[in-house]
Amino acid sequence: MLRYLYGTDLDLHPRLRDSMFRDRAIQFHDRLGWDVSVDANGHERDGYDDLNPLYVIWQQPDGTHGGSMRFLPTTGQTMVNDHFLHLTDGVEIRSPLIWECTRFCLNQSAESRVAAALMLGGGELMRNYSLTHFVGVFDARMVRIYRLIGASPTVLGGQGQGRDQISVGLWDYTEDNRARVLRRAGLSSDVSEAWFERSLGQPEPMRLTA
Amino acid sequence: MQLEEFLENLERAAGLEDIQSCIIGLRDHYQIDHIVYHWVSSDGEQYGCGTYPPAWVQHYVDHDYLRIDPVVIGCFQRFHPVDWKRLDWSSKAARAFQKDAIAHGVGNQGFSIPIRGPNGQFALFTASHNCDDAVWAAFTKTNQRDLILIAHYFNHKALEFEKKRTPEPAKSLSPREIDALTYLAMGYGRGQVADMLDISEHTLRAYIESARFKLGAMNTTHAVARALSEGLIVVGGAARAAAGDWPGRDQAQARIAV
Repeated sequence: MLRYLYGTDLDLHPRLRDSMFRDRAIQFHDRLGWDVSVDANGHERDGYDDLNPLYVIWQQPDGTHGGSMRFLPTTGQTMVNDHFLHLTDGVEIRSPLIWECTRFCLNQSAESRVAAALMLGGGELMRNYSLTHFVGVFDARMVRIYRLIGASPTVLGGQGQGRDQISVGLWDYTEDNRARVLRRAGLSSDVSEAWFERSLGQPEPMRLTA
Repeated sequence: MQLEEFLENLERAAGLEDIQSCIIGLRDHYQIDHIVYHWVSSDGEQYGCGTYPPAWVQHYVDHDYLRIDPVVIGCFQRFHPVDWKRLDWSSKAARAFQKDAIAHGVGNQGFSIPIRGPNGQFALFTASHNCDDAVWAAFTKTNQRDLILIAHYFNHKALEFEKKRTPEPAKSLSPREIDALTYLAMGYGRGQVADMLDISEHTLRAYIESARFKLGAMNTTHAVARALSEGLIVVGGAARAAAGDWPGRDQAQARIAV
């Protein structure tokens, strides 16, 4: 299932937290060979994880991490503005209606629909918070995955060659995209909304009298 | 009052009284009970302005409600806007606080936008009202996007006062953003502007969105107007079909046409 968790909430879910940071080490350090730091626990974490980002995480039935992505508002510090301005024509992308999406990560044994489910989660954020765009940093391999999901970003620019390429891209939200991503994820709209409510909403109606 | 007018007033505001009158005007515009801006510094100091009854504000401080208020607790260090119904009101203290708030005229509905400023600064921008759930859901759905922008513009202004500094050149736009706004000001459509800049329309939309926020504007037209009035873009005689003449103009245009 999809969970939406802020960094400060991760400690309530240690198994999910640890497996996510370990999977990130496997993907970004071991497989892609990115210049990221892995701590003594085998966790890949960077400074942006310390800014209390919002994570969208696919939790597997055994409670571990199946895939995830990390969101921060572009009104604060972001990876794109800090490190990739040369890929955005020098435009600092900054708006409370544009969030940054980074560290799209998949567990190596995750089912193929997990990537689509994560994009669906991103769509829920856009839809519920009236966002206009996500701006994201991703590796070359993701270009194909995004296309298969039916949620290809507009690529602003890239650096590096072949599998070492890192790109910056933009997503917007449309109802068509949502329908397509729902199909690829094999999920119903109701289920997706229920998961969103469960994480970021409170099902109990507010009591007007004590 | 149009929102653009509100933003012009906010931009000109020179002190707390000015932003207080801005927030009253905004409340009247939306025809709801209250709008409040609430700044909580890292050492627990509170500033703000808004339309809550002063007696409630004093009561809030006297009772140290900052430690109980589910809105503050639920929004702190987060960045997504939240309907108060989605917060945790389950504790006895929270329920008593809510009853007290309603008795003081805060309203039974609320919508708060958390703002993360520089260096750990945290503020909340809140709209509250007395109505049923369906009416409130319709209000927040319609106005969420504008309220998010306004909340951030408010905070930007408050930061100016706090640090007693001249406004930082936050309006520094990159050359690409200036080009995009210039072409829009000249009357080109988005498709044409995207072609001229050799980017997709989708990318152009994100650049305009970004420029809009940096300019403190509500929409593209407003952003262009602001960029013009601040001298960030110059259109003048460069505009397509601009009036005016100069020696050799006809020949120059004829050459371009060839």
